[in-house]
Amino acid sequence: MIKKTRRTALALVGGAVSIGLLLTGCTPSSGGGSTDTVSQDDIDKAMTTPTKLTFWTWVPDIENEVKLFEDKYPAIDVTVENVGQGLPHYQKLRSAIEAGEGAPDVAQLEYQYIPSFVLNESLLDLTPYGADDLAGDYVDWAWKQVAPDAEVWAIPQDVGPMGNLYREDILAEAGITEPPATWDDYATAAKAVKEKTGSYISNLGATQAGQMIGFFWQAGVKPFGYDGKETVKIDVNSDDAKKVAGYWTDLVQQDLISTDVDFNDTWYQGLASGKYAGWLTAAWGPIFLQGTAESTSGLWRAAPLPQWTEGEEVSGNWGGSSDAVLASSKNPIAAYELAKFINNDESSAMKLATEQFLFPPQVSVLEDPAFADQESEFYGGQQVNKLFAQISTTVDTDFQWVPFMDYVYSTYEETMGTVIADKGDIAAALDTWQDQLVKYAEDQGFTVE
Amino acid sequence: MSATPALTAERPAAPPPRRRTSTTKRRQYRAAYLFLVPFFVVFITMLVVPLVYAGYLSLFESKLIGGQAFNGLGNYIRALTDPLFLEGLGRVGLFFIVQVPIMLGLALFFALALDTFRARGSKAIRLLIYMPYAVPAVVATLMWGYLYGPDFGPLAQIARAAGLGTPEFLSAENMLGSMMNIVTWEFVGYNMIIMYAALRSIPAELYEAAEIDGAGQFRMAWSIKIPAIRPAIMLTVIFSVIGSFQLFAEPSLLSIIAPNVVINSYTPNFYAYNLAFVNQELNYAASIAFLLGIVIAVVSYIVQLGAQRRERRERSLS
Repeated sequence: MIKKTRRTALALVGGAVSIGLLLTGCTPSSGGGSTDTVSQDDIDKAMTTPTKLTFWTWVPDIENEVKLFEDKYPAIDVTVENVGQGLPHYQKLRSAIEAGEGAPDVAQLEYQYIPSFVLNESLLDLTPYGADDLAGDYVDWAWKQVAPDAEVWAIPQDVGPMGNLYREDILAEAGITEPPATWDDYATAAKAVKEKTGSYISNLGATQAGQMIGFFWQAGVKPFGYDGKETVKIDVNSDDAKKVAGYWTDLVQQDLISTDVDFNDTWYQGLASGKYAGWLTAAWGPIFLQGTAESTSGLWRAAPLPQWTEGEEVSGNWGGSSDAVLASSKNPIAAYELAKFINNDESSAMKLATEQFLFPPQVSVLEDPAFADQESEFYGGQQVNKLFAQISTTVDTDFQWVPFMDYVYSTYEETMGTVIADKGDIAAALDTWQDQLVKYAEDQGFTVE
Repeated sequence: MSATPALTAERPAAPPPRRRTSTTKRRQYRAAYLFLVPFFVVFITMLVVPLVYAGYLSLFESKLIGGQAFNGLGNYIRALTDPLFLEGLGRVGLFFIVQVPIMLGLALFFALALDTFRARGSKAIRLLIYMPYAVPAVVATLMWGYLYGPDFGPLAQIARAAGLGTPEFLSAENMLGSMMNIVTWEFVGYNMIIMYAALRSIPAELYEAAEIDGAGQFRMAWSIKIPAIRPAIMLTVIFSVIGSFQLFAEPSLLSIIAPNVVINSYTPNFYAYNLAFVNQELNYAASIAFLLGIVIAVVSYIVQLGAQRRERRERSLS
């Protein structure tokens, strides 16, 4: 899900920032290697020694949060650099790491890319710097994304728990007054909407791996795993995954769901024109939609995703970022403090949530009335943040990735994307995709579980 | 008149007897080499060194687990049996065979038309035809991507209004044709200018002689103009070989709007890019790039050889 504007849009909204600063005078630890706990004295010394830090991120206006940090630690001078969003950012990061120079101290990483940087030992384990203590400040599943095992690789910046944005007026026209509670209801509603209004109830982005993986996540599918060393788990064609895929195949083949490629002009216009009566999206979606479909303000509502079992409350995640400290940083203490400050300091985290509209993983922000009680006119005065804050507590905690998600997404586009766009059997395509992924992993020297 | 004789034929059979170079001569030589130095410095550092380095890289294999290891010609063997690479090559081959004759045919037609009717307004027309070339390929592709759009693209809307249904410019079957159209639109003007410039350098006496012999405009175009500018046409063909086989900007941008059609291996160049930056197979990408270079060299050579043989045959007939 890299290249491409789609990624850009996703990354923008779901993006994260990180911090990267550091101070000089820190303990002479070589990157990544130090396991001794850093003492408060070390931290005080590091934070008062004049230091220059570089921070690579594509979050717009992150300078505002960085300014708060610099005000608090005047000795530290942070340079923010935007080297691109998504793929270009990772390419440059990899090149700099490979070259051994020019890498930033702190870099934004989307959750699914963390393992690919853990793989070549490019990230600093943050536990000796006290990152463990932050675990309780974040929703569990987000913390698990940055700390799947004993190490902490990054600080969560924003997340994208998934929900259902829909056009209340179009659904009402089709006689549906409540958002569908289960996927069965959703299928029934899709039929009614198509027959009575001509709209699709929503669009399944043909090449949008993030969305499908989010659906997998909700259904309890665990397609990927990585032990941090040489063993990966690839299981994209499990029975549960095929159940999800079969559901969509059915709707797509009945022409109740469109399969346009998303995040391009055609799709934007489809959202604004009522071609799609809804969008199954992440917590960054509501703000994004507001900018895209301005003319339909007041007609939209938000609801949780339909459920597989009636009465359950489960969701998946799509997008979001964290800020990691590079193992090559010469000022790891200050760098860690920057990554922490941006995403943990109350005023900074609140700013990210209310000014940059990044959906927060911090429990304190999620519970803050200033955030949660905001009423959105676009959604008819609904407290959309509160809804997604509730959804955020229902995301499965154990979802993991493989250290080559670039390849996973690009093969999804080709193998799955073609089948979805052509209204073929999505479940059957999972088998092909599985074979491709296993072959690549083996060729790359991984042990596949 | 037939084509200009090949230069080789004119070269003296043996060099003149060697004489001691005079001081003046030596000084001239020194100055000549001095003037050449900047070129060679840039040429070597920017072209030869990276090329050698890429060649070196292509002999290794790099894995995410286990790092780099010498692999001999393994990457090349893999490439030659890689269906994605071969398909991509087939695609640009087809592109070359279909698109280049259309593009150059149009360019030649416009060049001859402009040369024959040097009427008022011909300057403006020349500029108009050339203008697309001044539009960067990226902008052009984005623009065409919009024009091709199935829902809101103007072409689709016109077609629907005329009751023709929605044309699927971006479907798997039509994508290559859509790209050919973009490239043709972009480069007709460029090729036309090369041919037109060559036409303008034909001496007017030839036309006068032809007129006295009673030749019409078509006869003149066929028997004088086209043979006279054959070297210029050859040049545009060679440029087109390189351009077609290195197709990159168009697939890379159209893959944004149709990622399921324009797959990562759509053209060999785009494939090499994606191998390096998405799959992280830098070494394999280097060998794909090298093979592509060899294919381009071979095709260019064959094209040139064909032209030379024809020239020789014609000369022996005349």
